[in-house]
Amino acid sequence: MSSVAIVDYGMGNLHSIAKALQFADDRTRVMVTADANTILAADRVVFPGVGAMRDCMQALRTLGLDEVLHTVARTKPLLGICLGMQALLTESAENDQVSCLNIVKGQVVRFAADLQDQHGQALKIPHMGWNQVHYESHPLWHNIQQDSRFYFVHSYYVQPQAAGVTIATTQYPEAFTCALAQENVFAVQFHPEKSQVVGLQLLQNFLHWDGLV
Amino acid sequence: MGLAKRIIPCLDVDNGRVVKGVKFVDIRDAGDPVEIARRYDREGADELTFLDITATHDNRETIVHVVEKVASEVFIPLTVGGGIRTLDDIRRMLNAGADKVGINSAAVFNPDFVREAAERFGSQCIVVAIDAKKVAEQRWEIFTHGGRKPTGIDAIEWAQRMVNYGAGEILLTSMDRDGTREGFDLPLTRAISEAVSVPVIASGGVGNLEHLAQGVLQGKADAVLAASIFHFAEYTILEAKQAMAAHGIEVRLA
Repeated sequence: MSSVAIVDYGMGNLHSIAKALQFADDRTRVMVTADANTILAADRVVFPGVGAMRDCMQALRTLGLDEVLHTVARTKPLLGICLGMQALLTESAENDQVSCLNIVKGQVVRFAADLQDQHGQALKIPHMGWNQVHYESHPLWHNIQQDSRFYFVHSYYVQPQAAGVTIATTQYPEAFTCALAQENVFAVQFHPEKSQVVGLQLLQNFLHWDGLV
Repeated sequence: MGLAKRIIPCLDVDNGRVVKGVKFVDIRDAGDPVEIARRYDREGADELTFLDITATHDNRETIVHVVEKVASEVFIPLTVGGGIRTLDDIRRMLNAGADKVGINSAAVFNPDFVREAAERFGSQCIVVAIDAKKVAEQRWEIFTHGGRKPTGIDAIEWAQRMVNYGAGEILLTSMDRDGTREGFDLPLTRAISEAVSVPVIASGGVGNLEHLAQGVLQGKADAVLAASIFHFAEYTILEAKQAMAAHGIEVRLA
């Protein structure tokens, strides 16, 4: 029986992601934990999160989980979700610039305040709701149609330094990186645990993925 | 290609059952909330909202169980509103599996509660519900107690203040239209939507599918909420989406 550890560092509600992972594959052992050894012993790791980046990084460092996540990224499949995705980057513009994990080189920036859609209507921030994901081939998109809609809620987004890291984009109104892939690391800005059938499919694909090491 | 406008069915829960809107004297039983939630999810609802219409101790317990059950099998965003007054109320709902909570009267009585809630749990899960009533041309006021008590607070200023305090979304209900089936108060919806930077959900008055499209096209709403037109299978969520798509509105057709 394979296992997946959901990193619990006090940033948001992890029930949804735990329930969705269990629903996606009932033969996987799903653990919600802040314990380094449990995380390091799991076959796969999910790194979720909602809230502000400063609190996020502070919590990770206090719990010693920053180092753990670096090890995980080198040794087993890691799925970052929302704030968990952003925390993988080098630095975030949130809270007057916060140093992040630097597992993926790049920046986290905010949507500009004066964005408009093609009809000249002001775009709302946060970017909230179901938007289309245009992807490049990767095992985690197995059985998911091109341009499927996933559920987003965020005001910041990632800008990876290396263009090749971007594995999917979404338009709001310009294309931004909504998913990235770098070796064992796969990360998404949207919430697969709230994206109905396509989200569950992505989680199931992750639970069957062995990474690239 | 872009962000879809959302359709959000609202389940008014009383004594463990979904009932027709608060304004109706003759409350009609629409069925079991978990079954109805399942049906809406299958039909393609973008989110679900549960409204605790009595906010009594017993009803609160019931809602927590309903949310727990729904959250374990329905994987779309869930919002719970009605009687949310303390940080503990919020924590309890989030732990049960809700993604967002709607704060209504408590925000009016203690605006700082919204600030505290947003700081503690993040703006993404704080929806401020605004019940507004027209008091003059292009002027609306906040009302409490199901639209019976005026507060003297201007609705547009209030919405902006709530966003400054950390509201991540506004659920706007026209108390003039709620339960009438005459359609949204479109000038109100548009005025609020254009005044704030966060998404606005239009609510109150939906009687047919045309009304939903108007809420988006003329009201500039980011999402539309309706209760009774879906409960008695008058229309399915899919039909509502098809009707919106026919107006050129982007929707999620699963």
